[in-house]
Amino acid sequence: MTITVAGEKKEYKDGLTLPELIEIEDVETPQYVTVSINDEFVPTEEKESTILKEGDSVEFLYFMGGGC
Amino acid sequence: MKIIRLNYRIYDELVEYAKNHLPEEACGLIAGKETDGGFTIEKVYYLENIDHANDHFTLDPKDQMTAIKDMRTLGLKPLGNWHSHPESPSRPSLEDIKLAYDSKASYMILSLMANNPVLNSFHIEDGQVSKEDLRIYSEEYYY
Repeated sequence: MTITVAGEKKEYKDGLTLPELIEIEDVETPQYVTVSINDEFVPTEEKESTILKEGDSVEFLYFMGGGC
Repeated sequence: MKIIRLNYRIYDELVEYAKNHLPEEACGLIAGKETDGGFTIEKVYYLENIDHANDHFTLDPKDQMTAIKDMRTLGLKPLGNWHSHPESPSRPSLEDIKLAYDSKASYMILSLMANNPVLNSFHIEDGQVSKEDLRIYSEEYYY
């Protein structure tokens, strides 16, 4: 199936889970990454159980903050 | 080492925005295009510091999402983020280093502690900081 990840269309196996995608895409420090699927943020407690489907558009947003 | 190019026009906008938001830290994202040996920053996103503090900043993921979508529309690549240090030098603080989770990002820091602003860009990975080759250029002389 085709999924758009960070603006780029890619092919993945059917039934791909979000944790599998995070591993395939080598997302660093995933615990600090907010995931959106089709412009909807995935609640933290649903990250493990989310299954992706054909045509989904996924963005990984790193926490961005700091001090001085 | 990659070269990051920033037009003076954008730099001046960035400084003005940050000064206008004193005493708070100002922050946002940077986007651009790959060029020979690095990147050219084409657009700076001015986003809300939801901490509204002079010693911390946090971006709202919703604002990040909106900016990322705009980058996609414009054909730009997310390059990293920027924030100001109202009262400290242009270098990552311990907290900046600790919270730098994306090793692919450039982290730009604008210091306003002295009369003249100072802007630097950094790569931060596994707690290690290296200064990037940021070149602020004038269109008049660059082209």
